[in-house]
Amino acid sequence: MNPLDGNAIGGLLHEVFGTEMTDAAGTCVTCGQTGPVAQAVVYLDAPGTVVRCRNCSSVLMVFARVHERYCVDLRGLAVLEAR
Amino acid sequence: MEGTAVRGRLTWQTATVTKITPETARASTIVFEVPDWAGHRAGQHLDVRLTADDGYRAERSYSIASAPGEPVAITVERLEDGEVSPYLTEELRPGDEIELRGPIGGYFVWDPATDHGPLLLAAGGSGVVPLRSILRDRERTGSAEKARLLYSSRSLPDVIYREELERPDPGLDVVYTLTRSRPPGWRGHAGRVDDALLAEVAWPTGQGPLAFVCGPTSFVEAVAEGLVGLGYPPARVKTERFGATGGRQ
Repeated sequence: MNPLDGNAIGGLLHEVFGTEMTDAAGTCVTCGQTGPVAQAVVYLDAPGTVVRCRNCSSVLMVFARVHERYCVDLRGLAVLEAR
Repeated sequence: MEGTAVRGRLTWQTATVTKITPETARASTIVFEVPDWAGHRAGQHLDVRLTADDGYRAERSYSIASAPGEPVAITVERLEDGEVSPYLTEELRPGDEIELRGPIGGYFVWDPATDHGPLLLAAGGSGVVPLRSILRDRERTGSAEKARLLYSSRSLPDVIYREELERPDPGLDVVYTLTRSRPPGWRGHAGRVDDALLAEVAWPTGQGPLAFVCGPTSFVEAVAEGLVGLGYPPARVKTERFGATGGRQ
């Protein structure tokens, strides 16, 4: 499966967070690296949408759509800061 | 609240197709009239949603091909096994309505007022689409920044916007590399972008260049790593990856 990057989920992130988030800075709870969400590794075709750290590959975020709701798991993020 | 644009919210809207222009044998540019378009920035994208009669929905992201201030346009390349692109390139007609939302994205964006330094734009295939928006914005705003476009394409007939890219512009250099087939007597570059070609085309780091790289994942990784290897600060190399399914295309 071909991974994309955080740009590809700009619409989904806007839907969930209510604002533009591809330029937000995310810090990985595992390795501590901080970078724009746009640069994270994104798997669209996993069960749900899986976002991984570009540095250490740890899971940062998971989004699953169940009927018209999103279930959001952000346990892999230490900080998520919108600009 | 579908159908109603709420300030700050990203809502699905009904857009009307006003014009469809073939770009290559497989790619077409589709221009929309969008009643509540907030205005976009160069490099942003939008989401398109198709709903089948049985309620099945498919969503795809497409880069915006037009400059800020121009009518919203996307350029779509048809994928043989695609779910959405064959409909957009073959079935859609002017006057048809389609659901879209946008503009989306704040990272892969060029702002002529605040982003300084010569532009290095690297495109793999239809990755040229958002870079074309940047080039048109540069032209429309009379930006003094010089630009170089390194465009990797399968063949010359697969080059999107070729006529526009080859219009004389002293501030723009366009360098093609053809990966699959070359016309007889082709004297340009051949094969995938490698470090030697990047070293030849990329602005020296001392000029403070800003790079935008868009294309398939393998292309983007190779170019971005190559530029960082040449001394480009990673923060000055903006990247956007698309795949054959899902996200882009």
